[in-house]
Amino acid sequence: MAGIVGYGAFIPRHRIRSEEIARQWGKDAAAIKRGLVLEEKSVPGIDEDTITISVEAARDAVERAGIDPIKIGAVYIGSESHPYAVKPSGTVVVDALGIGPEVHVADFEFACKAGTEAMFVALGLVESGRVEYALAIGADTSQGAPNDALEFSASAGGAAYIFGKRDLLVDVLETYSYTSDTPDFWRREGRFYPRHGGRFTGEPAYFRHVTSATRGILKKTGMNPEDFKYAVFHMPNGKFPQQAAKRLGFTKEQMETGLVVVKMGNTYSGSSPTGLAAILDVADPGDKILLTSFGSGAGSDSFVLQATELLPQRRTTGRKVWSMLDTPLRYVTYGEYAKLREKIILND
Amino acid sequence: MPSPGYWRGIPSRLRLEAVRCSSCENVVYPSRRICPHCHGTKWEPAELSRTGEVVTSTVVHVAPDDFAMEAPYVLALIETPEGARLMLQVTDCELNEIGPGTAVNLEFRRIRAEGNSGILCYGFKAVPAG
Amino acid sequence: MREVAIVGVGMTHFGELWNDSLRGMFAEAASGAMADAGVDHLDGLYVGNMAAGQFVGQEHLGPLMASQIGMAGIPATRVESACASGGAALRAAYIEVASGMSDLVMAAGVEKMNDGADVTQVLATAADQELEAYHGATFPALYALIARAHMATYGTTEEDLAWVSVKNHHHGAMNPKAQFRREVTVEQVLGSSKVAEPLRLLHCSPVSDGAAAVLLCPLDQAARYTKRPVKILGTGLATASLSLADRKSPAILDAVKDSAVHAYKMAGVGPGDIQVAEVHDCFAIAEICCIEALGLVEQGKGGAAARDGLTALGGKIPVNTSGGLKSKGHPVGATGIAQAIEIVEQLRGLSGDRQVQGAEIGLAQNMGGSGASSVVHIFGRV
Ligand SMILES: [Zn+2]
Repeated sequence: MAGIVGYGAFIPRHRIRSEEIARQWGKDAAAIKRGLVLEEKSVPGIDEDTITISVEAARDAVERAGIDPIKIGAVYIGSESHPYAVKPSGTVVVDALGIGPEVHVADFEFACKAGTEAMFVALGLVESGRVEYALAIGADTSQGAPNDALEFSASAGGAAYIFGKRDLLVDVLETYSYTSDTPDFWRREGRFYPRHGGRFTGEPAYFRHVTSATRGILKKTGMNPEDFKYAVFHMPNGKFPQQAAKRLGFTKEQMETGLVVVKMGNTYSGSSPTGLAAILDVADPGDKILLTSFGSGAGSDSFVLQATELLPQRRTTGRKVWSMLDTPLRYVTYGEYAKLREKIILND
Repeated sequence: MPSPGYWRGIPSRLRLEAVRCSSCENVVYPSRRICPHCHGTKWEPAELSRTGEVVTSTVVHVAPDDFAMEAPYVLALIETPEGARLMLQVTDCELNEIGPGTAVNLEFRRIRAEGNSGILCYGFKAVPAG
Repeated sequence: MREVAIVGVGMTHFGELWNDSLRGMFAEAASGAMADAGVDHLDGLYVGNMAAGQFVGQEHLGPLMASQIGMAGIPATRVESACASGGAALRAAYIEVASGMSDLVMAAGVEKMNDGADVTQVLATAADQELEAYHGATFPALYALIARAHMATYGTTEEDLAWVSVKNHHHGAMNPKAQFRREVTVEQVLGSSKVAEPLRLLHCSPVSDGAAAVLLCPLDQAARYTKRPVKILGTGLATASLSLADRKSPAILDAVKDSAVHAYKMAGVGPGDIQVAEVHDCFAIAEICCIEALGLVEQGKGGAAARDGLTALGGKIPVNTSGGLKSKGHPVGATGIAQAIEIVEQLRGLSGDRQVQGAEIGLAQNMGGSGASSVVHIFGRV
């Protein structure tokens, strides 16, 4: 059986509070915090992007896996903010970590599910025996247009997973995908900010795919919500995953460890993978974990996972998600945020 | 920095690859042909730890155009446990908390960009440890 | 080797010379030097220049400048050692005359910095591009790193740095060629804007345009050109690692010390014999480090020298009577020649209000990069 042999996450150290964004646009902060269940979000430094976040997250993953990076035969990065429109992010990661050059590399994009998409493919390649180890990363420095609801959530961070067949930290018991053409959120080529269909992003998009994928994998495995210690659903805001959980019969207790969105925001392709990393930071051997991502456009990938005996001893190195979230460097003003996110038009 | 020069620097900039002199054992970063300490020419590969200590530092307020958006930023001479010294920016810090002896970790960052349409150049910056 | 004298000097004003071009400034300084010596020909020309290719897009200055003064055809070469280009040109001219190769050789320096280039970026090309400039190092930043190291090692203070600027502005206020002919106070220096901490704007030399030229000939021919030749007693050029990271201590400028040792030995004098000195104060900390490395004060005592009046006019060893790079201006390629001119004029007794009475032996020290090149010349009254 194949599974996760190493994992890591990285979250930039700057934050902006929901109040500060609301203040900028004359919105009611209390109503937004109540409606979206978002307190603050991470903001990338001017020197951070999907590539740097990927390298830092993957470095912890390699260290926890305790493997020679040269044995990694495939590297996939899922993101909707690859720094180059043409030229892979993955090649930088490969050279920075000493992987390759005998390695298959690709950048993935599927809105917010590109990270689990990378995990799905990496797992499949390892299971098939095509490669010994495969590295999958979900990372983003998410874009949200100024004065759009997305601006309260679009944040930066990511997580990396190495799949292999020996010395597993987490067994992958099952996977399931559910996909349909649903234009709820998109960004056309050459455009700076994504657009979305407002409330159309809810029922026909997020909820339909997340609940269908989750029900699908439960049926496929014959498991029930109460069989899981933890669950994580894609987190476009704090409200949607909790509503989805409730509909599916998952409890607050199962959800709270992975519900990083309240403090981190929505790291798009990095969202549910980072939630999973937060769970792996504390899970006990034998604990079962459900992961369901969502990517607009639209689709969901579900994974049923189980922590092994090896997990606690391997996670003694590396950065923990909640400790990164609990120790921000500083809170920026909207003006600083606009500068860091390069929203100000400058002279050449 | 145009692509060829950036590309040649990938081993040292992206992986902190250094060399250890086979005769005097000094670690030299980045690699070079002749040892500056003993004139030796035999080398073994070495990799720098991603940790170090500030030797001396400054806060740059007036930056070249390419770094204008980063100013003010800390620039420091960092010594790694192997004895190699690197000049790096210190990022994610309070500007005035950095001085001689400050312990740092090195993190992967975007160092510079060639305008709005040129290549992106990566490497390491220091971040205060702990 | 023949003994060599300087027999003619000429220079432009230093400053923001919007009306003057690179070639025009050179011609003004060069023809001034030729007129001073009463000559209408040259056997050779060395043009010190750091970065005309980047500042104004012009390389190949040797033939260009020779033709600007009607000397097309002579051997003419550009010499580049960053901000030490002028001093290096002087040394090249000295060697050519001393060797017997040529008799009448001009050493000139010129820089046009105010022509629209990103000056901070251009100057940074004198630092290690791969190891320093890549990470956003600027020249003020490199000297700020040196300053912080000096402060940590020797207890030098920001106020000590400010006193260097105060002293040099005091001198420069008396120099009709200076870019800034005005005094500044310690409070003004410490209240000026931050450039690279601890260095503030008034710790830094300005961006300047200007040119300077001197004429060299064998000492035994000097009487043909002037009644007041000044002899070059010694020359020294030394280098250190371009990158600060490769030096034993960032607080110590080994190249300056090594270049001085050579020049002192050749001249047969020591630091105690120097009565007036021009020292490369591109930043206040540089003057402090340089007077230590030159042996004019004890290692670690440079910080107090300006504050205590030791290096002011009337002090034990007046340093930068011209106003230094700080007040006179720093058109980088021209600086080394302008420093030599200040010492020549002091030894000729022509420095007016700035005259160091009875000066017979003087020294000029010109530096490139963060101290990676240093050129020292020692001059004597004949
Ligand atoms: Zn050696």
